[in-house]
Amino acid sequence: MSEIPAELRFTRSHEWVRQLPDGSSEIGISDHAQRALGDLVFVELPEVGRSLSVGEACAVVESVKAASDVYAPIAGTVVAINDQLRQTPELINREPYAGGWLLRLRPEVPGEGSGLLSASDYRVFEAQS
Amino acid sequence: MGRQTCLYDLHCALGARMVDFGGWDMPLAYGSQLDEHHAVRRVAGVFDVSHMGIVDLRGARSGELLRGLLANDIGRLRQTGKALYSCMLNEHGGVIDDLIVYYLADDWYRVVINAGTRESDLAWIASHAEPLGVQVLERTELAMLAVQGPQARELSAALLTKEAGSAALALQPFFGAQLADWFVARTGYTGEDGFELMLPATQAVSVWQRLNAAGVRSCGLGARDTLRLEAGMNLYGNDMNAVTNPLESGLAWTVAFEPGDRQFVGRSALEAIRARGSARKLVGLVLDERAVLRSHQRVLVPGGGEGEVTSGSFSPTLGRSIGFARVPSATGAQVEVEVRGRVLPARVVKVPFVRHGRALIH
Repeated sequence: MSEIPAELRFTRSHEWVRQLPDGSSEIGISDHAQRALGDLVFVELPEVGRSLSVGEACAVVESVKAASDVYAPIAGTVVAINDQLRQTPELINREPYAGGWLLRLRPEVPGEGSGLLSASDYRVFEAQS
Repeated sequence: MGRQTCLYDLHCALGARMVDFGGWDMPLAYGSQLDEHHAVRRVAGVFDVSHMGIVDLRGARSGELLRGLLANDIGRLRQTGKALYSCMLNEHGGVIDDLIVYYLADDWYRVVINAGTRESDLAWIASHAEPLGVQVLERTELAMLAVQGPQARELSAALLTKEAGSAALALQPFFGAQLADWFVARTGYTGEDGFELMLPATQAVSVWQRLNAAGVRSCGLGARDTLRLEAGMNLYGNDMNAVTNPLESGLAWTVAFEPGDRQFVGRSALEAIRARGSARKLVGLVLDERAVLRSHQRVLVPGGGEGEVTSGSFSPTLGRSIGFARVPSATGAQVEVEVRGRVLPARVVKVPFVRHGRALIH
């Protein structure tokens, strides 16, 4: 099991958010989510410039087993997507909290989103789900 | 909690992700199912298939029983140990199960049936066996391991005595033999060479561990599904069931209409369907888009008509999605499939998609 980096915040639908020094927010799916999905084979990412509201489906991660929507944990505008995932979707399996990030948003409202779980609260939530 | 095979604790100890399959708790994958798939295509993998039923039919009239119960003709089995793949049908020609039967002696056949249909198959077989005085013996004391891949036979035979090992390596495809206390069959469900080993359940854990130590990778049902799909092999319950017949399931080749005087359950229904022409057929599909075919997706046929994906997944060997679909018989080389709200073009192709590690589709 990957260590959950303490600076991450989580949704109950297993996305994570990391605040980057430049004010943008990086988004990915949790280790728990990638394990449940199994080997990822395709990833669909949004266009840069697209504006997302909280909870909006913004990406699709598809494994050998199933396809799953990824929901925006916070509102904002897409400023970057992880192009490496097109060729190597397995990065999400290998490094869910690092090289397997999906996209970066410029948040509509600076700071962390409301209703997100801390890393330690997510660990508890994940153990129950 | 479901039923467990004698390897359950070992699967858990090996870190397997367990899932329900036909009422059994079975390993889906031990790590990456893609790596497990490639291991079988390139080296060797071992699968626990002990959830399948091993049933021995004993008695002078066991051959007569199977000639009446199976759509394929066991009269074709003339050499000891020879195996035959067949469907077992109901009166409407629907598939009750697909199975493998081994001819061991004139009064002894061994049948391997699916886990999900095990109880209903046994009841069905027993009801026909009783009037013929044939004994139906479920061999629950045996475990079954499928060892598959280009190096599977060599690595498995090395665990046997020298004599039994050479006899195992001398088996022709689709033959089995009792070698010491193992029944070794050169059969499988992956499109690779290999063995299916039926051995005392008490030996299963140690044999599995010795196979692992020899370089045979533990593989779960996830890899088993992508391997069989690439190999163009049907999965009971997905690609055919009690309300679909072999002629619309890509299994016409397994129905022996000759000799014409052999009466088997489902024959008259199948003959009627054959005479008017089957309305549907099962075809292979390849998706060139970056998406994955899944069972029950809708297939749209140009010029009208619809079908349904019966099995679909990502093909690790081809790097894109493949599947089977049941479509109108007039369907040509191109269809469209509704995949998560999008309509995507798919090519209709001949199966298998992959054989002995080589892609047959481009």
